[in-house]
Amino acid sequence: MAEREFLELEGITKEFPNIKALDGVNFNLRRGEVHAICGENGAGKSTLIKVLGGVYIPEKGKIFIDGKQENFQNPLDAQKAGIGIVHQELSLVSNLSVAENVFANRQPVNKLGLIKTKQLYADTEKILRLFFDEDDKTVTPDMIVEDLSVANRQVVEIMKSLALNPKILVLDEPTSSLTTLEREKLFVNINKLKALGIGCIYISHHLNEVFEIADRVTVLRDGQYVITKDVKDVTEDQLVTYMVGREITDIYGERAPEDKIGEEYFEVKDLYVREMFNNVSFKLRKGEILGISGLVGAGRSEMGMSVFGAIKLNRGEVWLDGKKLDIRSPHDAIKNKIGYMTEDRKEMGLFLEMMIKDNVIAADTYSYSNNALRFIDENLVRKNSDEAVEEFDIATPSITQKVGNLSGGNQQKVLLSMWYGIKPEVLIVDEPTRGVDVGAKSDIYDHLRSLARTGVGIIVISSDLMEILGISDRILVMRGGYLVGELQHDEATEEKVIAIASGVAQ
Amino acid sequence: MKTETKVAGAKKPGFLKKLTQQREFSIFLIVVALFVILSFASPYFLSEANLMSVLLGLSTESIIACGMIMVIITGGIDLSVGSVTALVGAICGYCMKTLELPVIVAILIGLAVGVSIGFINGTLISRLGINAFIITLGWQYIARGLVMVVTNGLNISPLPKAFNNLGQGKLFGAIQYPIIVMLVLMVCGDILLRKSRFFRQNYYIGNNEKAAALTGINVPKMKTINFMINGALAAVAGILLTARLGSASSTAGTNLEFKAITAVILGGASLAGGSGTILGAFLGSLLMGLITNGLNLLGVDVYWQTFVIGCTLLLAVILDNFKVMQKAKERRGINKDVVDTGEKKQE
Repeated sequence: MAEREFLELEGITKEFPNIKALDGVNFNLRRGEVHAICGENGAGKSTLIKVLGGVYIPEKGKIFIDGKQENFQNPLDAQKAGIGIVHQELSLVSNLSVAENVFANRQPVNKLGLIKTKQLYADTEKILRLFFDEDDKTVTPDMIVEDLSVANRQVVEIMKSLALNPKILVLDEPTSSLTTLEREKLFVNINKLKALGIGCIYISHHLNEVFEIADRVTVLRDGQYVITKDVKDVTEDQLVTYMVGREITDIYGERAPEDKIGEEYFEVKDLYVREMFNNVSFKLRKGEILGISGLVGAGRSEMGMSVFGAIKLNRGEVWLDGKKLDIRSPHDAIKNKIGYMTEDRKEMGLFLEMMIKDNVIAADTYSYSNNALRFIDENLVRKNSDEAVEEFDIATPSITQKVGNLSGGNQQKVLLSMWYGIKPEVLIVDEPTRGVDVGAKSDIYDHLRSLARTGVGIIVISSDLMEILGISDRILVMRGGYLVGELQHDEATEEKVIAIASGVAQ
Repeated sequence: MKTETKVAGAKKPGFLKKLTQQREFSIFLIVVALFVILSFASPYFLSEANLMSVLLGLSTESIIACGMIMVIITGGIDLSVGSVTALVGAICGYCMKTLELPVIVAILIGLAVGVSIGFINGTLISRLGINAFIITLGWQYIARGLVMVVTNGLNISPLPKAFNNLGQGKLFGAIQYPIIVMLVLMVCGDILLRKSRFFRQNYYIGNNEKAAALTGINVPKMKTINFMINGALAAVAGILLTARLGSASSTAGTNLEFKAITAVILGGASLAGGSGTILGAFLGSLLMGLITNGLNLLGVDVYWQTFVIGCTLLLAVILDNFKVMQKAKERRGINKDVVDTGEKKQE
């Protein structure tokens, strides 16, 4: 019998009432390796991790750790067997200390059951050393988690998993709220974990990260195992093809030569919000797609929200079609045909417990209640919702489906249709494809381009550099609250944008 | 041993700043201020008799607050404690007067009743997931109704001297027992909630139940235990109250749960769960007691007392909100050095 790898999942099948989430999936992990799992939304990545973590019990299949077969009945079994999962949604208690979070419910105690604080802090220090130098006091065991930055909270989350001495660590979309610099620090830390012999499973939508940190990559598609490759033996395009099952050469599309960009019609002058951004001025042309790039914290979203009236401007002017606008709230912005698609569709964009049709009309209920009683015209709602579902190719059995039940890509499309619904003259979209699979990404870019074709100027705020480079006609770069650079589509490269965004001299 | 060195540029708040940020500190200051004001406002305030009566008046709700705080930290609430207090007192009284059972047996039965009701509440709430508000509200009526049945709407008295001594007797001839019980419970409770691994599980549950379960905490068991402790403490409070008054009253403990909840909230707990200390609850209780006492001594109409307590609670919650919003604003300023200098910045 061939010798087994450190971790082996063999023939995992997991079924739910309507769907086969996993169908005979195989996966293995070696000691000290970083193994990425890639796949579109719905491919089965998180289901596989939940099986590994003991949250789901598979109908078929076996799990082997160090050659021994394991049968997890619950998450604690998996923990005891050495599986550590670092979740996307942090599980820390914000008003407790770092130490009490790392050793949650496992604080060292004396005979009376009272916590031995000195030892607790000493034990926490040991794990802190893995990430911070001896005299680096950025994070100390007694600091309250609430006072830490998001990136450091994530380090504490990882420390919490490490305190259980895992053999295998699963990192699920770990970089979603990190800046570029913080991401690099995370990768340094992951390499340290590798050196300790811990096997890491890395799940991310960002394929460039896979190439940076992973040794091998496994692709899942529609619940099926597709392929496992050494990262050095595969290209990003090949990976995308495996994930999607069809060739996608250029998901960003191209501006057709006959789609001319019009004249300048929208302008912001000297926008300023205290402690957020200052002196921001730019013009937008009809049909132009303007990308706003920069590191997390540069002030891009805040600037966009201030144009939209969601953040109060301390100073600055917004002009549309030669007229100065008086925008004091999103209501005013929408009345002036300015739309803003927020960066976090779950927290700030959609109404997850409500139906698709309720969401589609959300930004413009006035148009649907243009009668004496201000009652909503159900027929009109239904008609427009059906049209939206068809036009945006939203995968759903009906318009009465709860939006929370849709996949990420489809949710994003519903959000897009909500804002298209106001018939905007200027549309600001913030992270338009965050957490969206490749197939839906391509659709969304198509829709943005066709909106632009009708003469609407689109401002795209994004941390996805490839996205900005691929979709924008012109790119503005923000840094530390100021507009510091401008690049035309043809002259823009990854290196140039990053250099300007991080203030590195060229 | 790690020494606390201040590294240049480190943002860790110093000891003094951390202290002042605690809710307990602000309440403590207000209590001290009130103390000072009252000692000038009325010549009777600083007398031993008056201060003892203040502490005695607090004792019932403070004892209950020790249990209530754990229920609230885990995100629940218990509206039945006042009625349970009355019920236990009534059952004890009935056992002693009508059934002529020995005092110690009556007390044990009373405690058993309190713990059982807590057990039922905890089980229904934690294992069936039914809303704590509704269940304990229901018990409020059930228990109060049972009190009426047991007492027939009358007070049960007289009660055995040995029993009454529990509430009226004095330790060292100076401090009445209920005050001692209150202080012992509060000190032990505060220490346990700060240092006992077992009781600190409540904070993890209150903040994120799912994550707490994943660290091995038995959430339903802890919640049930919390309600059982709450029931037991309500029973203790009921026994002491009945003993102190020398009779089991059918209207005892009315609004007691709200006083306990107010004390806990004034002390810094959030109704959403996850925070709160017993020291804070005690200070909150003390604050309310001093206000009531002050209004009494100044001859203010009794009806105004409820009004003032309500205003205090509202004020405390609003001030707390300001602090929370201030903190959120501080963190939202993403580029701290972007301040308007009036001139365009050159790049």
